[in-house]
Amino acid sequence: MRRPRPRVGVHAVLIAASLAMVTPFAWQFITSLKTLSSATAVPPSLLPEGRWENYGRIFELLPFADQFLNTVLVAAARTAGQVLLCSMAAYAFARLRFPGRNLIFGLFLSVLMVPPQLFIIPQYQIMSSLGWLNTLQALIVPGLFSAFGVFLLRQFFLGLPRELEEAARLDGAGPLRIYWSVMLPLARPGLVALAVLVLLWSWNDLFWPLVANTDPERLTLAAGLASLQGQFQTDYPVLMAGSLLASLPVIAVFVLLQRQFIQGIAHSGIKG
Amino acid sequence: MTITTTRAGAAHTAPARRAARRGRVAEALWGFAFIAPTGLGLAVFYLWPVLQTAYFSMTEWGVFGGHTWTGAENYARLLADPEVGRALVNTLTYTALGLAGIPLAIVFAALLNRKGLRGVGVYRTLFFLPVVTMPVAVAMVWRWLYNGDYGLINHLLSLVGIDGPNWIADPATALYALVVVGVWSSLGYNMIIFLAGMQAIPAEYYEAAAIDGAGPVRQFFRITVPLLSPTAFFVSVVSVIGSLQLFDLVYVMAGAGGAARANPAYPRMQTVVQLFYDRAFVTNDRGYAAAIAMMLLVLIVALTAAQFRLQRRWVHYA
Repeated sequence: MRRPRPRVGVHAVLIAASLAMVTPFAWQFITSLKTLSSATAVPPSLLPEGRWENYGRIFELLPFADQFLNTVLVAAARTAGQVLLCSMAAYAFARLRFPGRNLIFGLFLSVLMVPPQLFIIPQYQIMSSLGWLNTLQALIVPGLFSAFGVFLLRQFFLGLPRELEEAARLDGAGPLRIYWSVMLPLARPGLVALAVLVLLWSWNDLFWPLVANTDPERLTLAAGLASLQGQFQTDYPVLMAGSLLASLPVIAVFVLLQRQFIQGIAHSGIKG
Repeated sequence: MTITTTRAGAAHTAPARRAARRGRVAEALWGFAFIAPTGLGLAVFYLWPVLQTAYFSMTEWGVFGGHTWTGAENYARLLADPEVGRALVNTLTYTALGLAGIPLAIVFAALLNRKGLRGVGVYRTLFFLPVVTMPVAVAMVWRWLYNGDYGLINHLLSLVGIDGPNWIADPATALYALVVVGVWSSLGYNMIIFLAGMQAIPAEYYEAAAIDGAGPVRQFFRITVPLLSPTAFFVSVVSVIGSLQLFDLVYVMAGAGGAARANPAYPRMQTVVQLFYDRAFVTNDRGYAAAIAMMLLVLIVALTAAQFRLQRRWVHYA
């Protein structure tokens, strides 16, 4: 057997591609520490300066702290809600027998095929008639229900061994108990994968917050930042500081929970 | 004697059957209880709204709310609307060009899949960063990179003597600039899916090919590519559905809201969903917006169905 050659060529290509991936973020960070005049100097300096004030300026241009808190609350509520509600439905579809099960599951799945633009006008009207426009519950409530989450977790439950459940049943445990004390602990990797995806989607979503809320104090970060783009087109250093602050929490969670993220996203593949 | 036997026999079966039925009924009730919250939520916020949107697409909305039935009028308007035509061309061009990201993702997945390669985890993390970054932030950064006067891209081009255009304000380049960002931000996602597909290919195939004298390039084209075609089909279906719904990138890069109208390249960037957003929530022409949404649904279903039909020609199932 030959010794494997050192893969200089492979690494060269991968490093070049990695640079293409990282450069925009690096430039975002460098620009965020410049003054406006040095950011618009020609030729641009490739080094950051020390303008940390830009990160403070974003709190003056936007109710950034409110928007940050809104984003956290909405993401947390949607994630907790979906993990609970989807896992309940998924357990029922995977393990309990009831009339109409396949038909109802088919109806759930049909939601997966439809692009969100077909829900948005009626959802807006529901929010409007409840007087919920410009509230956090408008951003949370429709996002508590997910056909995708049910589908993902049902697949997961179907792949779990039945022995522990049978043992619990012989001990006299009912469905609620089996779901809570047997299935949920076994399904942890699946629940984490779903949680991570809901967190990501909720944090990054632009369309629905843009539609449901207009009051700057009630926006999430994505919609808040987007509104800034129209108004202060030229202050790029502050925009870069704001966009970096807004995307950093999810990037941090990703770096910490990388395996779950990638598994979850590879699973979301099923979505098509 | 006989009576007792009958009684004993009945006692053995009827209550047991009754108990079993009670068990089944209880199980069904639990089943309904478990699906009830999500079922009701989906019905109220998703299923019923789809039907409502279909109905709205055949109505016209007054300035002060309320709507009247107009039958197929919105659809007739849709077919004659040049703005819809442009949005369709932009969206379909973006979708078609975005497919170029698939071969790119396969190549990088193949490079990462080489046995014993060091630093795989680091590369994977870096490729994945754009996937988890907020699209609004991604769009802002690229808007800045593309800036005609102060952007990094034109600065780098000027070093090799090229005078770059004002990328996202120039009708000739704007759409292609969007495609680059789209491919850049989905590369990591596609690559992860292909990597999973590659890891499912049995190592014996490669060993046998190596014994027959096939080098890595030949192995890639003769083994990896055909066996990966089901994965490529799946990625293609998912990315077409995603591309057809492009919104966030354009919303920010063209200049959010009213600012976009001032961008001379906007007619070359406006997508179907952009137009939907504008009609539904800016001009409040909701009946027409509903018709645009229906058109999007038809487009997604048609292109997905077409891909399923075409897969016979190029997808190999092992």
